[in-house]
Amino acid sequence: MKNGTTNILLAGVGGQGVLLASEILTEVAKSAGMDAKKSEVHGMSQRGGVVTSHVRFGEEVFSPLIPDGEVDALLALEIAEGLRWMHEISKGGKVVVNDQKIIPTIVYSGGGFSYPESPEKRIMEKNPDAMIVKAFDIASELGNVRLVNTIMLGALSQSLDIDEKVWLDVIERMAPKGTGELNKKAFGRGRSYSA
Amino acid sequence: MEMLLSGNEALARGFFEFGGEFASAYPGTPSTEILETIGRHFKDTVYAEWAINEKVALENAVGASYGGARSIAVMKHVGLNVAADPLMTLSYTGVNAGLVIVSADDPSLHSSQNEQDNRCYGKFASIPVLEPSDSQEAKDFVRYGFEISEQFDTPVLLRLTTRISHSKCIVSIGEREEADNHGFERNIEKYVMVPAHGIKRHAEVIKRLEKLKEYAEKTPLNQIIWNDKKVGVISGSIAYQHTRDAFPDASILKLGMGYPLPINKIREFASQVERLFVVEELEPFYEEHIKAAGIEVEGKKYFSNYLELNVTRVRNGFIEAGVVEGEKTDIEGKEKVVPRPPVLCPGCPHRGIVYAMKKSGVYTTGDIGCYTLGALAPLSQIDSCLCMGASIGNAFGIEKAGKTDKRAVAFLGDSTFLHSGITPLATAVYNKSSITVVIADNRITAMTGGQDHPATSKTLMGEDTSAVDLPELCRAVGVRSVREVDPYDVDESIKAIKEELEKDEVSVIITNRPCMLFPSKITDKPYRIDTEVCIACGNCFKVGCPAITGSGETDDKGNSIPVISEVLCTGCSICAQVCPVDAIKKTN
Ligand SMILES: Cc1ncc(C[n+]2csc(CCOP(=O)(O)OP(=O)(O)O)c2C)c(N)n1
Repeated sequence: MKNGTTNILLAGVGGQGVLLASEILTEVAKSAGMDAKKSEVHGMSQRGGVVTSHVRFGEEVFSPLIPDGEVDALLALEIAEGLRWMHEISKGGKVVVNDQKIIPTIVYSGGGFSYPESPEKRIMEKNPDAMIVKAFDIASELGNVRLVNTIMLGALSQSLDIDEKVWLDVIERMAPKGTGELNKKAFGRGRSYSA
Repeated sequence: MEMLLSGNEALARGFFEFGGEFASAYPGTPSTEILETIGRHFKDTVYAEWAINEKVALENAVGASYGGARSIAVMKHVGLNVAADPLMTLSYTGVNAGLVIVSADDPSLHSSQNEQDNRCYGKFASIPVLEPSDSQEAKDFVRYGFEISEQFDTPVLLRLTTRISHSKCIVSIGEREEADNHGFERNIEKYVMVPAHGIKRHAEVIKRLEKLKEYAEKTPLNQIIWNDKKVGVISGSIAYQHTRDAFPDASILKLGMGYPLPINKIREFASQVERLFVVEELEPFYEEHIKAAGIEVEGKKYFSNYLELNVTRVRNGFIEAGVVEGEKTDIEGKEKVVPRPPVLCPGCPHRGIVYAMKKSGVYTTGDIGCYTLGALAPLSQIDSCLCMGASIGNAFGIEKAGKTDKRAVAFLGDSTFLHSGITPLATAVYNKSSITVVIADNRITAMTGGQDHPATSKTLMGEDTSAVDLPELCRAVGVRSVREVDPYDVDESIKAIKEELEKDEVSVIITNRPCMLFPSKITDKPYRIDTEVCIACGNCFKVGCPAITGSGETDDKGNSIPVISEVLCTGCSICAQVCPVDAIKKTN
């Protein structure tokens, strides 16, 4: 949190809702009265690729990109994607990871690639305080696997000093039509989650 | 009111607020959302369109400017190469109403074939370049652009980069102000660029550049943020924002106008600081101009001309130069995690035809679009990709070079064919080629997110319109053998390719399945693998479909038994066609 700017890296796989989650987070920071910026790359990455979004907020934000190794909180919607970005976390930074695995086809089509072994264990070794969330299971329980991103935002919100009401207002406003209540419920499940 | 807007959205908003009337573009990442935003939010007030390519977009915008309307033409960086012909002479004719050309550059090639620096076009065409550093400026600089354009009778190049286009920042929103539209006025010496007139207009361009230099000295677009005077930094665009974070103590001369430079202001700034640096992405554009003016400055020595900059790279540069204390950041402990290259979507109609080319044993000169992904494993069946439309000329050249063991098939999409494929096709027919051209007609511009084009029968503003008839168009340029195939039928596709290649004339094969994603998602009943029948041969993995993964089970030899995701599968049946034992069946 150098110069009072909070840096949050969101990561996942195309189609998981990383971009909507980062959109909500940035709006929340703005609604809480802070300067806020976010940056991501559209285009090729959406075709099933790795997706990341940088969100920065504080008194006055300059670069929209997080400096190397200065991530204050990593929110990963897929566990190998969590592992991929662990090196970016600053000392004392938080890690919140969905335990879901999404295995790319490339692993099976004969290029010699493999999905990481025991990613959860490796994440915990690097950061013993990491919070591993069973977001996919909770989303299935709530009846819609698309709720993973909102549940994860709820889990992340535990470590940010922003009023719950601000979160709920923004989620209400930005959730796809007709899913406001369900998304708020999903957020609540993440916010009260403990591993 | 304040809103979180991307640079693209903010620029669209600026076009609306500052009296814009006419906007034209050809899509291209990272610029596409500018016209999409105008088309979606402001179409009741302004006119917005997709043009067939960037040259036409610019020519249309030039016409609108001559006709009295504040106009913009929008494109990605390489689009300006296509529009360079009108650009260079437009500089001579100048404008009537304000004309802004938006170029969105892509340092680091996030979604492009190169990382050219389009500020160079400003110098090349002797026109001013504006470089916003965030969304607020992306909006505000449209006003400056229109005003400079009208005051100096010049087109203005407004240069974005991916990080400006696709970063969201807080922007304050205003009301629309109308601009006066006086219509077209005949002025043959100004607008008809024959040599006798061009010669006079070039002299005007040279005078205009001198006046723009004076303007650059005074404009609030270029401002100094004074701080410690030990180090002064000249920067603009996103590099300015990185510099603020990387070196908060430095004094900064921020350039909002990247060409022509305020040399006197720079000289004055240089005289007040002990050491002067330039921090800019890509080419040493400011640096060379400043050095040419005899001012001592350091730049590319510390801040690479390769790939985009970020706070860390900028800070490391200053540490190396010895003006910032500390250790250079060099992150360790990176985990090697399996890559996730972009792939053709489940059910993508390009998969079947690429697979058929692979099975036909041909080279494929490729082009730019989703189908370029056919170059990646496991399909690995695209052998060239240069620029839009190049596939046809490349296949023709390989044929004429005459030494190649396999035949080359040219492969391009519908949008790309309309953009730049018609002229090389006519050239090939005219020069008695016998190449085969495959047009993957998915009836949309898919790669950039699903934009309409002249063969989709919808305009950007959502109106119905006529559609180019692709087979008729091919016949009209002289192709006698034009054939439609179903790319979901692998055998038929292979047969078509082989038969057309046999012919001693140019032939065109057009695929007939629409994109699965745009304009709306298409799905059919998914397929399922009967594990009792499956022999784990791995053929289905080789079509590279993201809906097919390993089930976690293996056979006795350790080969993965596949499973099809019911959610992702769209029922295209390609995998079922390559299965040797009929283990893949449609569900009911
Ligand atoms: C000169 C130029 N303009 C724009 C682009 C951006 N661009 C890349 S692919 C593409 C469109 C491809 O559409 P199509 O040929 O129909 O193929 P599809 O993606 O639909 O398969 C565009 C506009 C570019 N690379 N070069």
